[in-house]
Amino acid sequence: MVTGTHDTKRETTAREWIRRNFDTQGVIQTEGLSFYYGKERVLQDVSLSIPLDGVTAIMGPSGCGKSTLLRTFNRMYELYRGARAEGKITFLGQDLLKADPVSLRKHIGMVFQRPNPFPKSIFENVIYGPKVHGIRKKSELQDIAEESLQRAALWDEVKDRLKESAFSLSGGQQQRLCIARALAVHPEVLLMDEPCSALDPKATDKIEQTTRELAEELTVVIVTHNLQQAARVSDHVAVLLAGGELAEFGPTRTVFDSPSDDRVCDYLCGRFG
Amino acid sequence: MMTGPAQIVKRRTTAQRVAFSLLTLASLLSFLALGAILYTVFRKGVSAISWEFLTKMPKSGMTQGGIYPMVLGSFYLTAGALISALPFGVISAIWLSEYAGGGWWVRTIRIGVNTLAGVPSIVFGLLGFAFFVNVLGLGASLLSGAFTLGILILPILIRAAEEALRSVPNEFREAALALGATQWRSVRTVVLPSAIPGIMTGAILGIGRAIGETAPILFTAAAIYKTRLPDTLIDTLMSRTMALPTHIFYMATENPRGWQAVDLQFGAALLLLGLVVCLNLGAVIWRTRVRRRKQW
Repeated sequence: MVTGTHDTKRETTAREWIRRNFDTQGVIQTEGLSFYYGKERVLQDVSLSIPLDGVTAIMGPSGCGKSTLLRTFNRMYELYRGARAEGKITFLGQDLLKADPVSLRKHIGMVFQRPNPFPKSIFENVIYGPKVHGIRKKSELQDIAEESLQRAALWDEVKDRLKESAFSLSGGQQQRLCIARALAVHPEVLLMDEPCSALDPKATDKIEQTTRELAEELTVVIVTHNLQQAARVSDHVAVLLAGGELAEFGPTRTVFDSPSDDRVCDYLCGRFG
Repeated sequence: MMTGPAQIVKRRTTAQRVAFSLLTLASLLSFLALGAILYTVFRKGVSAISWEFLTKMPKSGMTQGGIYPMVLGSFYLTAGALISALPFGVISAIWLSEYAGGGWWVRTIRIGVNTLAGVPSIVFGLLGFAFFVNVLGLGASLLSGAFTLGILILPILIRAAEEALRSVPNEFREAALALGATQWRSVRTVVLPSAIPGIMTGAILGIGRAIGETAPILFTAAAIYKTRLPDTLIDTLMSRTMALPTHIFYMATENPRGWQAVDLQFGAALLLLGLVVCLNLGAVIWRTRVRRRKQW
């Protein structure tokens, strides 16, 4: 790491604290989580625990509620009319559904399906979050921007054009910019909602590498409908089936090699979904 | 009687041709009406247009000299209308698009805004007279006229701003919220800046509407003839003012010597028409340019 040493240190200590207290029980836990859009139930009775280390993938056929499950973790579902979560979710032992969503999202960042940089410069995009959280000093913001872009493996490509519009970047670069933007807030958890679905294979490969590297420093939860991708990037995998039922959750190897649920076996063999 | 397929085809083509000609004729007629107005006003008024005409005070019962105070009055009235209405318009649009949701009362308000746009302008004039002139006691003054015009263009501003805000992609809002921004912060720093070109287009259209309106300022602000400009700002704001549309109206109806200066009347009409056409054209050009440059 080049700059922002104090930030890295702060993160390490926060992570150590989390490790000491939540290593066994997991960072995010759901218990009997059901989710409704109006009268329609999209998740039923989901209980799982996102481990502190590594990448956890949420897979399943389209429309099974993977994105919804991810969006309960940072309460983004609240933006949609008639959306309602029942059950229990805890984040670092605290009741997530009763937390203040604005401060919760400082700790749980998110990267979306399609790259969605703001119509601002590359630099302004990265420092948007830190500015929201009250950092004003120019030098500090510059350090954060460089550090975050480094972590998202984008720094070398953009260091000479930070003032240019974010839209001047390619799709893959835009998505890494969005990752940098999320990292700049120093979240403990990064949620990724099919981050490669709008990208070509080369850009996908780069994002997957970055994801693996990030998992060394923070907890990553990634939604994907791509089985190969889940196999490549994840350490744990949760398989949801149509109707929003959690059919399988465990280490990626185990789930892929010997799924305990026949329907998951069908899904993994590509027989439906 | 012969009814071969050839005949059927032919009859259909004839019907098509007749319908097509009628449609062309109808659209040509509306274009012709515009052309006739522009042509008449231009032909009769262009001789009056000169630097003196635009920058000098009127003389001899307005049958000679320039129309400087009317131009200035129209400028003040329009600027005042925009300054007073734009903040309300933008705030209302933000509420409607970002916060209100879709309840029945929001639909009612939206219908109300649309109805407001269709209210005859003389009704705005009467409202302005009753409220600003009498109730608020501003008297017949530039201020009363500007506020009345402000209410008149409010629906235009609200609709343009709401449309501009709605066209900002939801991804921007989600991205800001996901970074821990409050909704107000996301509106202020991301959504509103992205909507500003659209809001400005609405503002230009509002100016174009306000500058040409006669009825709303007839009882609230218009003076038939003032021989000199007011000296102070307070005096300017609190006294009646001359303005282009009312000047044209008074010259045609009230001034007994108006017939002596027909070319000056048409000169004023040409100027007003030119301003309105330029403003509307400018808004359209700007909108297309912004749309082309838009990156999302």
